[in-house]
Amino acid sequence: MANIMISQDNGGSLLFYLPKKDLEERIVSLEFTGPEKWGGELQLANGQSYFIDPLERTPKLPMSFRARRLGGAED
Amino acid sequence: MATLSKEEAAALIQEVLEVYPEKAQKDRAKHLAVNDQEKTTKCVTSNRKSLPGVMTIRGCAYAGSKGVVWGPIKDMIHISHGPVGCGQYSRAGRRNYYVGHTGVDTFGDMNFTSDFQEKDIVFGGDKKLAKLINEIDGLFPLARGISVQSECPIGLIGDDIEAVSKKGAAELSKPIVPVRCEGFRGVSQSLGHHIANDAIRDWVFEREGGGTAFESSPYDVTIIGDYNIGGDAWSSRILLEEMGLRVIAQWSGDGTLAEMENTPKAKLNLLHCYRSMNYISRHMEEKYGIPWVEYNFFGPTKIAESLRAIAAFFDDHIKEGAERVIAKYQPLVDAVIAKYRPRLEGKRVMLYVGGLRPRHVIGSYEDLGMDVVGTGYEFGHNDDYDRTVPEMGNATLLYDDVTGFEFEEFVKRVKPDMIGSGVKEKYIFQKMGVPFRQMHSWDYSGPYHGYDGFAIFARDMDMTLNNPCWKNLTPPWLKPVEEEQRAIA
Repeated sequence: MANIMISQDNGGSLLFYLPKKDLEERIVSLEFTGPEKWGGELQLANGQSYFIDPLERTPKLPMSFRARRLGGAED
Repeated sequence: MATLSKEEAAALIQEVLEVYPEKAQKDRAKHLAVNDQEKTTKCVTSNRKSLPGVMTIRGCAYAGSKGVVWGPIKDMIHISHGPVGCGQYSRAGRRNYYVGHTGVDTFGDMNFTSDFQEKDIVFGGDKKLAKLINEIDGLFPLARGISVQSECPIGLIGDDIEAVSKKGAAELSKPIVPVRCEGFRGVSQSLGHHIANDAIRDWVFEREGGGTAFESSPYDVTIIGDYNIGGDAWSSRILLEEMGLRVIAQWSGDGTLAEMENTPKAKLNLLHCYRSMNYISRHMEEKYGIPWVEYNFFGPTKIAESLRAIAAFFDDHIKEGAERVIAKYQPLVDAVIAKYRPRLEGKRVMLYVGGLRPRHVIGSYEDLGMDVVGTGYEFGHNDDYDRTVPEMGNATLLYDDVTGFEFEEFVKRVKPDMIGSGVKEKYIFQKMGVPFRQMHSWDYSGPYHGYDGFAIFARDMDMTLNNPCWKNLTPPWLKPVEEEQRAIA
């Protein structure tokens, strides 16, 4: 499990930030983006993917999450 | 030498790597790259442990916390907790100028240490720290707070500085901030910045009764990570104030504890040194909803861009103010460029510094018609390199945590007209006959920020590059004979 922060950039797309590694990466896709369910598996631009427990509403970004790494490209 | 092509630059890197043993070669190859703006994948591996056996220029976590983040907070006393050397040899080296009476209400230049001896290692140093805190309060009653900057032994022997700090803070009713920035943590000073940022989050923002009441205005901004080398903070601050903003805090050059406590009341955090202070800016964005914006006050092009970007967060009054400031300083900029550009045009520069400067100062050089042909960070991370790639030309060199050997070889082949790096490289390259600027502390000059700083920057670069001494590097007895005879005739 890793502490991550998800924020929104000026263009409105989602940004992923992993403080431990200072990894700042664009989020290519997020499993649930709806108003009732938000979160799930997220895919990063560098090929890695993480999982965050889905929330019941759309959160106010930026927000910190506990994320699980699902695999993908090793840096 | 003409500019390298992409293939030549790649071949140069290969050639330099050849001297290493196989394992080291594999490791170092990841840290060196030829810049390619089109390539989307990340090019340089960074923030890794330095290779044993090579010369590296990095510092430690203590250096990051004491030197950069906490040290310049002028009205607090920063105890270098541990043996005397760490504090003594880093004392006042960074030239962060400040206003105040040293030893009375400001303490920036002074060194406070618990001077660990053998018995403190054996029996623990907590009692000594408690005594020290009381002594400080007696001798310097105007100190607003104390921070405890741990040196390596504290972590090794397991002293509980948090408990001592809490107890002391309750007794003195002043904030006492324990910072777990033992030097062995992390791979460079960068982790020290992070730890120090976290300490501000936990011990300054969270403190009860912190922060003074003040009337906030819609134009409150803070300067975060101002460098403040030779007075940088002031030459950037005046630009923001002239455009109508109110700077309520400066971190951490010429900054105070009260300013730090008031930062969460700002409308916008202006982040200059991204590397050392982005952590706290991200935290404030999440917790207090304060947006932050990176800016760059090196060179008129970047200043104008940054002022407009900052103004975009505010109303028309500020936007007009930004244009007014840009127009006001235009004559100064024109005069500087008219004077120095002809003398510096087309010269090539290689940089290797820490923090943000490897990408921030590129604009300053370009405004003077100079090209940056190689750059690298001492302790940069991935996000730094992502931001550097678009700033640099194609086929320029990028080197992370460069070793002494690699840097020298690059210089021998690329033959830049000038190098900007730290004091440890200065004399090597000067002896090689390459003009050199010490870009860590602006070679004891500065400020280089803002429009006023740009004038000083241009003068300094000219002074270094066009110094007559570079023509006299060959001793008379080694000069070609004809030249000598011509001199006689």
